[in-house]
Amino acid sequence: MHTQKHTTSLPAHRYTLVVDLDRCTGCGACGTACAVENNIPPANEKATERTGTVWMRVHEARTSAAGAGPTTFVPIPCQQCDNPPCVDVCPQRAIEYDPRTGIVGQIPVRCLGCRYCMVACPYHTRSFNWWTPEWPEGMKATLNPDVSIRTRGVVEKCNFCVQRLQAARAKASAAGQTEIDPADYVPACVEACPSRALSFGDAADEKSEVAALARDGESFRLLAALGTGPKVVYRSSDPVLRERLSRTGVTRG
Amino acid sequence: MDDTLIGRGLKRTPLPRFLLWLVPWAALLALGLYAVYLCFAVGLNQTNMDNRFAFGLWIYLDLTVIALGAGAFFTGFLLYILKKKELKAVINSAVVIGFICYSGAVGILMVDVGQPLRAWFTFWHPNVHSMLTEVTFCLTLYLSVLAIEYAPLVLKNRRIKEVPGALVLEHQLHKVMVVFAGIGTLLSFFHQGSLGGLYGVLRGNPFAFRSQIGIWPTTFFLFILSAAAVGPSFILLTTWLVGKVSKKRLVSPEVFQTLAKISGSLLLVYVVLKGIDSLVWINSTSPKTGVQVSSFYAHPPFGTWVLFAEVVLLGLVPAAMLLSRRVRARTGLLVLAAAMACAGVVLNRYVMTIQTLALPSLPFDSFLSYSPSWQETAAFLAVLGYGVLLYSISFRWLNLFPEERELATKG
Repeated sequence: MHTQKHTTSLPAHRYTLVVDLDRCTGCGACGTACAVENNIPPANEKATERTGTVWMRVHEARTSAAGAGPTTFVPIPCQQCDNPPCVDVCPQRAIEYDPRTGIVGQIPVRCLGCRYCMVACPYHTRSFNWWTPEWPEGMKATLNPDVSIRTRGVVEKCNFCVQRLQAARAKASAAGQTEIDPADYVPACVEACPSRALSFGDAADEKSEVAALARDGESFRLLAALGTGPKVVYRSSDPVLRERLSRTGVTRG
Repeated sequence: MDDTLIGRGLKRTPLPRFLLWLVPWAALLALGLYAVYLCFAVGLNQTNMDNRFAFGLWIYLDLTVIALGAGAFFTGFLLYILKKKELKAVINSAVVIGFICYSGAVGILMVDVGQPLRAWFTFWHPNVHSMLTEVTFCLTLYLSVLAIEYAPLVLKNRRIKEVPGALVLEHQLHKVMVVFAGIGTLLSFFHQGSLGGLYGVLRGNPFAFRSQIGIWPTTFFLFILSAAAVGPSFILLTTWLVGKVSKKRLVSPEVFQTLAKISGSLLLVYVVLKGIDSLVWINSTSPKTGVQVSSFYAHPPFGTWVLFAEVVLLGLVPAAMLLSRRVRARTGLLVLAAAMACAGVVLNRYVMTIQTLALPSLPFDSFLSYSPSWQETAAFLAVLGYGVLLYSISFRWLNLFPEERELATKG
């Protein structure tokens, strides 16, 4: 009934994605790599911008109120909140917050398809499978065997390519190590970004690059006032843009 | 056959005319069932909902009919627990209306979810922190209670009670009805509240989010109170409507008076508490999330008029009308007040469902619009068709208004 606080004890690892808006060109390579890695099917011919399955959506934002000014591209995957508004609302525990990594996982095989989590998420990073997923002849051979295909009628979202974390753990375990090599766990979007706008790592490690970037004065979080504690951090050298993107949409002037 | 099913001393329209009356409602139901078939066979792409407008007409329908159907639990509570004997005149009708509303809501909910065959997961792997879990549990259990409350009405039918054991079963059920009324009240309190809690817990949505009392957001309590307030008004409204359509006196005027007084009193309490809740929301809850409430009403057509209409025009005004002896003395005004009270709750559920989703949340979002597809509309109307069909059949062959015979004899 009441809302659980996940921030009372932060996870041992806090996998964090830093998006440098000054570097993002809006090329969409992150979204394409994400789709290939996570077996997201080609869009149904009747799908619209609001009914397609997208885990990493690139929005366009303008610095001025009148919609003028240069365009800034804002890639938005699931924000992997430390105090996620979606976990508590799911009636059948199809969303889990991993206390070891801080990753919010969506479990499609448990999902009822009620879409309450989509209503609860202020970042709108989830997709409902409105159509049965279909791949053109021959394309099924390219599917990633580490990621299960989701059926029609369930909700899905980004999970920081958690299958890559599992592979890195297996590799570390085989080598007799207890911790993974950070280089072994990089999500597909980060790997694919040609302008190095995306950085990924464990922010719990104070010496890591993402920890330093997340602390930097040019960094901010979307809808920070809501207290969701996102682990996707945005950066921009433009203070006007930072201020505009920190607001809640309903207050936009 | 038909004559022997109609209760002794009751007059009903000739069978052919009755069947003709059923035709349009049956057609509505058939069209809706075809739309439901499309949603099951082809998928929810048949609707106009999307990843941003993830709830739509059907959730709105669920919230509304469950609020209006609250007359069943509340009349049962007043009659069996608080011993308001005069409400015996409408309890049967209230049970049928409650059953229609709840079964319609559960039916639509099963179409609305993407994987209806996984509905049992909620019972087997429940997330006890989810308001939807509470709604699911209480809704299904209360529907079972309503079915049990409906059973004695069927068992008392002239022909069915000739079946050996039928009357004994009816008598035994009647003896324990106070227990079911109590269980029904408890279950209803929780699911009415949880339906309000669905929105009140949305921490990511400053428009819907409300401060908590104990472990529940204030919308939990407001939904219980608003449903309890309009339930009797809806019973009044439907009883009046059935009387008009059937051209019969079904209950004595005192029953309308009692229903109106109860509805008016509760509505007044609701309006006061809703006003206090709105003030807390305006001055504290929403500003804490960095949003001034005026921002929510800067997106036409949802201006401040919505709040005014909900609290004053369709809240305070009908409450005052229902509590006024002079208004209650005139049936036309009384029915108008009851209709306004119901409209207030219908508007509240609309605002909570649609305005919550339409308002922009990310800084580059725009105000969203949504209009239901014909399949959504047809399924929505099918609930209406189903309701009229079941009520008409129940009215013809079951004794929904115990005073009807006596009033007919008096002329």
